[in-house]
Amino acid sequence: MTMFNRLSFGAARPLVAVLALLGLAAVPGRAAMAIQEVETSGGIKAWLVEDYSVPIVTVRFAFRGGSTQDPSGKEGLANLMTALFDEGAGDLDSEAFQERLDDAGAEMRFGAGRDAVYGFMRVLADQKDDAFDLLRLAVEQPRFDQAPMDRIRAQIVSGIIAEAKDPNTAAQVAWRKALYGDHPYSRRDEGTEQTLATATTSDLKALHKRLFARGNLAIAVTGAIDAGALKHDLNRIFGGLPAEPSIMPVAETAPRLAQEIRIPYDLPQTGLRLAYPGISDKDPQFFAAHLMNHILGGGAFTSRLWNEVREKRGLAYHIGSALVNNDHASALVIATGARPDRAAETLSLIRAEVRRIAEKGVSEDELDAAKKKVIGGYAIDNLNSSSAIADTLVKIQMEDLGIDYIERRKQLIQAVTVEDVRSAAKRLLSADPAVMIVGPPLEDRKG
Amino acid sequence: MTRAVIHPCFRAFALTMLALQAFMTWEAAAAEAPRGESEIGNFVLSNGMEVVVIPDHRAPTVTQMVWYKAGNADEPSGKSGIAHFLEHLMFKGTKKHPAGEFDARIAEIGGEENAFTSSDYTAFYQTVTPEALETMMEFEADRMRHLVLKDAVIVPERDVILQERRSRVEDNPEELLEEEMRATLYQNHPYRVPVIGWMHEMEQLSRGDAVAFYDRYYVPNNAILVVAGDVDTGTVWWLANKTYGAVPRGQDLPERVRPQEPEQNTKRTVVLTDPRVTVPSFRKSWVAPSYRTTEPGEAEALDLLSEILGGGTRSRIYQELVVKQGIASSGGAYFQGRSLDPSSFTIYGSPRGDATIKAVEDALDAEVRKIIEAGVTDVELAKAKNRLVRSMIFARDSQRGMANIYGEALATGSTVYDVQVWPLKVCTVTATEVQAVARKYLNPDRSVAGYLLPRETATSGDKSR
Repeated sequence: MTMFNRLSFGAARPLVAVLALLGLAAVPGRAAMAIQEVETSGGIKAWLVEDYSVPIVTVRFAFRGGSTQDPSGKEGLANLMTALFDEGAGDLDSEAFQERLDDAGAEMRFGAGRDAVYGFMRVLADQKDDAFDLLRLAVEQPRFDQAPMDRIRAQIVSGIIAEAKDPNTAAQVAWRKALYGDHPYSRRDEGTEQTLATATTSDLKALHKRLFARGNLAIAVTGAIDAGALKHDLNRIFGGLPAEPSIMPVAETAPRLAQEIRIPYDLPQTGLRLAYPGISDKDPQFFAAHLMNHILGGGAFTSRLWNEVREKRGLAYHIGSALVNNDHASALVIATGARPDRAAETLSLIRAEVRRIAEKGVSEDELDAAKKKVIGGYAIDNLNSSSAIADTLVKIQMEDLGIDYIERRKQLIQAVTVEDVRSAAKRLLSADPAVMIVGPPLEDRKG
Repeated sequence: MTRAVIHPCFRAFALTMLALQAFMTWEAAAAEAPRGESEIGNFVLSNGMEVVVIPDHRAPTVTQMVWYKAGNADEPSGKSGIAHFLEHLMFKGTKKHPAGEFDARIAEIGGEENAFTSSDYTAFYQTVTPEALETMMEFEADRMRHLVLKDAVIVPERDVILQERRSRVEDNPEELLEEEMRATLYQNHPYRVPVIGWMHEMEQLSRGDAVAFYDRYYVPNNAILVVAGDVDTGTVWWLANKTYGAVPRGQDLPERVRPQEPEQNTKRTVVLTDPRVTVPSFRKSWVAPSYRTTEPGEAEALDLLSEILGGGTRSRIYQELVVKQGIASSGGAYFQGRSLDPSSFTIYGSPRGDATIKAVEDALDAEVRKIIEAGVTDVELAKAKNRLVRSMIFARDSQRGMANIYGEALATGSTVYDVQVWPLKVCTVTATEVQAVARKYLNPDRSVAGYLLPRETATSGDKSR
């Protein structure tokens, strides 16, 4: 049934996904969640949170090296590969594999990001052995048979063609190109009709061999399983993989700023997007920037942009900002969909708020409230289910932040002062941004 | 590799017993203030507000949801969108807590919040730490009756919902077709009206309209409180009485009787051509009973039918159209059983490669016909039951997900007991019953077919379909 809400996170998903990643702080209240570090005899490491209240086991893992590893001219290969892990492995063809997986009562998913390939399995605890056997086959011996490969490729191509005239897709493609030029980050993760046409089974096998190794693997497990059983299972699932991957180096890059991209379409709303310099999560000023972003546009329902653009003036339904961090680039991005007749006004309001925070910083009260939200919100945003916990623990490992990170992060946030925020705001927001306008031209309809 | 397939009824039985055991103990002890270690608590405050408690002690968080039994199907005619507009306006403050204070208080403790409106209900929720639950209840109880709506907030917030409509419906051809299909599928029932409202009516919504809807429906005897998380039933009983219990009962609301569908005897077609579309897509919908209006067992059979016909990659539609024939890039079916009045059953698909939309439509129809004529096999039925029962176990991993399941069921006329015995009821459905609901409800002569087409195709002759 159609549902409408105060703020649809569907509309703002790219921002929210990033926020979930960044909103780390400490678990409030009683006993902190106990994370065990498990290492098998075969040298496979995983973080485990045991919990027997629901009889399920959740496994999440990631292999470093995502769509950036697609060979030039073969864009979309990693994405295609991740759609084929349940389409036949070992001695099981597609049909047999999927039937077994269904009988085992397991959910299994893979996906390719820019910097990593992700895997997920969720299974009822009493059926985990059957499910883990299938996961081992998928990870170790995917078949990439011609028939399922052709079918999945055709589905992906169909999706690409279907979006060919969609202004929002056109805008996304143009945005990446404008920001990242020839860097792998400028490419479409799903590739194009032409690049996918060249993909072969041997390309997929080669990519799988390069990326799926024990040396670039991070694993987190939650649920009804103890360390002893898990060690045994980890050896079984991942033990047959090669020790080291073969990853192509990816250049460090930064988005190109000081440009304007116009995508003129006759649309019912005007999409506005602005990119400013970002900041690495290893940078000493990172948390100052994180809190600054929260106050500017990161906090749903409370941020300055929310209040000025939506609450006071009703110019947009969704408006927000986020620090977008990839392994090799970062940016601060502001996005909204504005009333076309007042889009010019919306854009200048946004730029005025950016100037205000860059020049004047934030108040003690604002900073205090932001710290409370960012610290207290950790458990609620990141640990609200066993899948969410496993997801968070994989991300912490992928960023090399350490098993004590959750607690340490709280202190780092507490230590930020208004001067730190002002300095971070000045550093990121004094630049002339990249601006994209999707929809009717602004000049025609000034409000 | 061993292959032990656990019989779905075994799991369903275990799941149901686990839930019922605690529930029954609690019912027996309901006269006194409860001390809760029980699985699910369920009681009614003296002002008529129903309460459901779903203890889940895995993490120190708790979700409170308040569901009002009023959605867009309860709107006065000509005021479409007022239920959703009021949902937005509920954040504009009270005498005691001016606008922004509730949001700030939630943010201060790291909480998360939102609200949503559907045809049958409007709900508000916060996820916070257990210590903050009482404060959340106090704020939520306060705005149940003490909302202050100044004229100054009406116009900007109405602009927000107009912008929301542009952003979520008009910017999206799929949504536009969906909206038109509902308006065609329901010939008389208010489910035909979009939840967000028709643009021309939304533009006219006033403060008076919002206040009238608020005064009529936002009363404790028309509300359900669902609390899920790190709390026990006893604590919730005490806090709910202290906060919501102090809100006076409103006037009794009449039964929720809306205009019902006449007998449908036609096959209707909706075509949307849009320059933003490149690959066409097809869907077909029927009016089907909901869990509240169904004959016993029919809604469960419809859930299983939709799972077998189009519930994922193991379904008949996916296997036949996408895998075997290779004519579709996607395809499936869904049934929306949790609604107050008869709901809908839908099949859909999109062609791939050189296949035409007609080929996809014919193949979808053929899959429906096969079930009507030859039924489903015992093996596929057992597997579909396994998947549905399993989904209830997986659902327990999400605190808010559980609150949603119970809240939605109660707001659409079901009970806590109905939700708890659902797995058992699913597992007792027979293959004959699945075939019977397919035959009874998926009649091609009273369906609505929807086509989303690229602009060229439409002008070059395909539109006669």
